[in-house]
Amino acid sequence: MATVAAVIASTHHPFYYRASTATGADRPPFADEWVAKIETFRETLTKARPDILVMVGSDHFHQLWLDNMPQFLVGKAPYFDANWYNEEREFGLPRMRLAGDEQLASHILRNGLDAGFDLAFSNELRIDHSITCPIITLRPEADLPIVPIYTNIFAPPLPRPGRFVELGRTIRQLVESWPIDKRVAIIGTGHLSLELGGPRQFGEHGPDPEFDRKAVDWIASGDIDGCLSEVTLDSLHLPGNATHGFMDFMLMMGVAGAGAKADHVDSLDLFHTMEAYFTWYPNGAPA
Amino acid sequence: MSKYLLNKFLYTVDRDPELVERYREDPVDTVTWWEQEKANEILNCAVAEKSTWLAFTDDERKALREQDHVALFGLGAHPFLTLTLFIAMFERDHDPLEYQKAYGRVLRQHYALPYPEIAT
Repeated sequence: MATVAAVIASTHHPFYYRASTATGADRPPFADEWVAKIETFRETLTKARPDILVMVGSDHFHQLWLDNMPQFLVGKAPYFDANWYNEEREFGLPRMRLAGDEQLASHILRNGLDAGFDLAFSNELRIDHSITCPIITLRPEADLPIVPIYTNIFAPPLPRPGRFVELGRTIRQLVESWPIDKRVAIIGTGHLSLELGGPRQFGEHGPDPEFDRKAVDWIASGDIDGCLSEVTLDSLHLPGNATHGFMDFMLMMGVAGAGAKADHVDSLDLFHTMEAYFTWYPNGAPA
Repeated sequence: MSKYLLNKFLYTVDRDPELVERYREDPVDTVTWWEQEKANEILNCAVAEKSTWLAFTDDERKALREQDHVALFGLGAHPFLTLTLFIAMFERDHDPLEYQKAYGRVLRQHYALPYPEIAT
């Protein structure tokens, strides 16, 4: 049976690649601290010795569009090309190609449907920065096969927060029921408070530092009930107009499990958002 | 309201480098051409298969022609789409982050919570 070697949740700041590779006058003052935190975070995955990465993210109107918008979609393809012209344009992200694991994707699709999730699937999915950013930060060798899972946190109507938690629990069960002896890391990225294209964007900090502090505490302590008691589709408008991406963090809380304290917790207060990084080892910390 | 079409314009222009430049340089002509030729093309379908009913309202057409991000926000255009396209067109004329901060500052003069509904 497959082993969940690590559960990892993080933000996916598209400027990390540019900031971490910049030199001289182009290198922002926060880059060194950011890189140091990421390298420590990366080690938490490396130590887990994963064979495959299940990666939860969200398409940013790149391939998925309002004419045919899935709520949850599994990529089932032998390869995934990555990053798009407008991400190259704005963030300097490189073009990439990652191998897929069709066998695990098929298992998740079949059994996810049977578990009550009407999962969409794609045989030709070009992935974007929600999935390539954690590759860049956590596995820059990009040498492991992936199963991408996209959630809709972007185009209302959205599934409610509880549904994300339930899907996370189900993904954990699906991976653990895969009858193949592989070490699987489940990685998901979302947002804390965030505003894009609105009045509160690009401030000195994230738009709602108080929400960010609470969110980090919920995630770090596995307080799913506390989180669900305060977070609704309506309430997520208050910390920033892009904060519905927090539901992908909630999905990862479902993967980690109620009451599961994260083994690694870190954050970085950047100029318009708080970055946050969490790792759990469900089967004990690797030696 | 044809919020879907408003977003479809922003989406199809943002993903096409030539259209980004065309919209930057000649917004009135680009919006007119796009509404006549492209608005009813069903994405990912053969070009011959078209819709027959999509058109902007006068307010939407005006906001797009004037590249008025405040008006587009008020009309419920998806803010991520408007921002990313407008950064592509105008960030080059400013210092780093200057355009994005000014964009938010102008919106603050017109909007507070609750923001206009973006559901299509």
